[in-house]
Formats: sequence, structure tokens, C-alpha cells
Amino acid sequence: MLRIDCLRSIYADLENCLVVTIMGAVAAELQSLGHRPNFFYLQHAMGLASSTGLGLALSLPHQKIVVLDGDGSLLMNLGSLSTMARYAPKNLVHVVFDNESLLSVGGFPTATAAGTDLEGVARASGVPRTATLRSVDTFQRSVADAIAAHELSTIIAKVEAAGPAVYVTDLALLENRFQFARHIQSLKSQSLPAPRSGALSSRRGNQQPET
Amino acid sequence: MAVTLEPDRGVYPDSIGAVTVEEAMPVSATNSKIIYSALKQCGVRLVSALPETWLVHLIRLADEDPEMTLVRLAKEEEGVGISAGAHFAGVKSAMLMQNHGFLAAINGIVSFAHLYKIPLLMLISYRGTFGERDPWQTQGGNVTEPLLRALCIPYSFLNSSDSVEQRIHQAQTLAESSLQPVALLLTRELMWEE
Repeated sequence: MLRIDCLRSIYADLENCLVVTIMGAVAAELQSLGHRPNFFYLQHAMGLASSTGLGLALSLPHQKIVVLDGDGSLLMNLGSLSTMARYAPKNLVHVVFDNESLLSVGGFPTATAAGTDLEGVARASGVPRTATLRSVDTFQRSVADAIAAHELSTIIAKVEAAGPAVYVTDLALLENRFQFARHIQSLKSQSLPAPRSGALSSRRGNQQPET
Repeated sequence: MAVTLEPDRGVYPDSIGAVTVEEAMPVSATNSKIIYSALKQCGVRLVSALPETWLVHLIRLADEDPEMTLVRLAKEEEGVGISAGAHFAGVKSAMLMQNHGFLAAINGIVSFAHLYKIPLLMLISYRGTFGERDPWQTQGGNVTEPLLRALCIPYSFLNSSDSVEQRIHQAQTLAESSLQPVALLLTRELMWEE
């Protein structure tokens, strides 16, 4: 199973979700299918994509959040599974592409190549809904079901250690970051009748610039 | 709630010979309330934290406050991602950590908060300075300020109850206007009563 085929199979399901990816092949391959303003590619800080998804999920309880993680990144922050499970936001879907390899730096095998079972870790951490998939069809159904469900899920996709030829795209990191935040702001203004007290806009509106 | 003090980081639930943390360690409840109120005044609605002796009251206040989302972490670096997600969502957040937790979060600070211009309001208990009795805290005390300077993180001190509110407000204002992490070092003078 190829990660790009998995991504293609769920691309339509991601349309109304906020998506956070890890760096490297996942970011480049998702962009190659067509960038959208609801996609944020965390191009460094390995391990923190799941934490970012948790922060989004807790802050936007009515918005579906999908994290596209990888085995190398998740192994750098396994504690994140226990933190996610502790708060178990019902709007968070955590997908892990497990190619048993640190592909972008030369393909060094990760611990999952030696038997570490990330679904088992997620389940034992308390994530209520987990699965490991090895075919594109079952993967797509599993992700679509998880997005529709109201339950934290961790879905492991066992994929081949293959990726794109290049990882750098023409989307600047900050352009992506500000576009993503702006997109969320526009979602909130569509769904909320009035800004919450203490929100950024109301504070700013009351303050005079010093110069 | 009775808790015994774990001498390094945080507290454990009831166990043999349990004493309350207030009895075991004179962490200032009054000043913790002043700090917490200032965070609320600034619109902070999400706090990530890893327990540390000096932070016990602050974490309890956040836990008991229905208006606050408290995220208890396994490691402080997670808090960088959580605060970034909250920021994208338009929610103001703060991070409570020990200075050793700051050391544990540095890659996230540099390769997420700095790289992507994410405001972070970090409240860091400044252990290992003058008056420190725990030998294991002392190296962290030596390197905290040099590291903050090396990382070009603006920082100040919370060292007097009179200035806590203004300083937290100013720190958050700078974090939001500059889109970068800022640090406030919680000092022994403010947090410790003996």
C-alpha cells in the first residue's frame, strides 16, 4: 500500500476538516494532490502534529480535526497518545502512516520495523477507537467512519517506504500558516453569531495604538 | 485533598504518612491566585501544564475553573503544539512549566513557535537559584537565563505581587504583537513563603 494512494482515497473526506500533517513525504504528497486552505503542514518540530491537532480539537469542539502523522514523528512524542487519550476529544482523528522507516533522511528503520505496535500503544494509552489497515479500501472506509464518528480515533496505515522525489514545495511555511489561521477565522465568523468576550478581535478593538 | 510532595516535580496522591502540600511546602496560595487572576484578565482560556511544586496552586485553580481548559501534559514540548493549535483557533493560552520543562521544550519552541511565528506565553518556575535546597534543581537554574537570551526569547520576572498583573499583561501583549514566545520567570520571592 502506498501512502499517496491512501491520501488520494481520503482527499475528498478531508474537505470539511482541519488537517495537520507532519513534514516530509506526507506534506509533499498531500500538496501534490492539491493544496487547500484547511491544510497545515508542520514542516519541522517532529512529534508535535498530534499535539497541534489536540490544541485545535479542544479549542474548536464543533470542528473535525484530522492529523496525518507518521511512525517516526509519533515515536518522538509517544506521550502525546496518552495526552490525547486523557482528554479524548470526540472531534479528533489521528492517522499514522507507518512505513517503518525514517524515509526522508535515508530510510533508517524505526522501532515499528522491529515490532513496536503503534495501534497497541494507542489502545493501551486509552484511545477509544483504533485500527491498523493494510489496504486502500479499508483505510478509506476506516478514516471516513472515524470522521463521521464522535470518538477519538488513531488509525495506523501500514504503507511502503516510498515517497516523492522532492520534499520542498513552492508554498512558503508562513504563507501556509497564516492562510490556515485565516481560514479558521472565516469558519468561526460563519458559524458564530458574535465574537466571544475576551477574544482577540474585541480586545484589539478597544485599544488605541501608541504611535 | 491530601497530597504528598514528590521532591523533584509535582505531587503524588494520598500515600502512607500523607501531608497536604500546603503543610509540606509553603507555596504561596495568595500569589498563585494573583497570577491566575491576571491570566484570566488577559483572556487566557487554555492552560497546559506539567506539575511542579511551585505550580500546584495554579494548576488546581485552572482545574477547578469551568471557564478554563487545562491540559495536563506528559512532556512540556507538547504544550508548544497545543498552544499553536489554540492560537490558530483564536484561543489564548498559557504554558505552566518548570525551568527544566522549558529545557525539554526547546526544540518545539525553535522549530515550531519561532519557525512559524506562534505567540507563546510561558510561565516558568525559576528553580535552582539562590535559596534552592534541592541539589537536582541547581544546574537548570544556572542555564535558564543564558538559554532564554541565546534563543532571543524576551523575558522578565514575576517577583512581586504588586507588578504581577501588569507584567503578565505586558508579556502577553508582546507575544501577540510580535508573534513569538515570551517568558515570565516565577521567582522564589513570589512563590515561596517562609
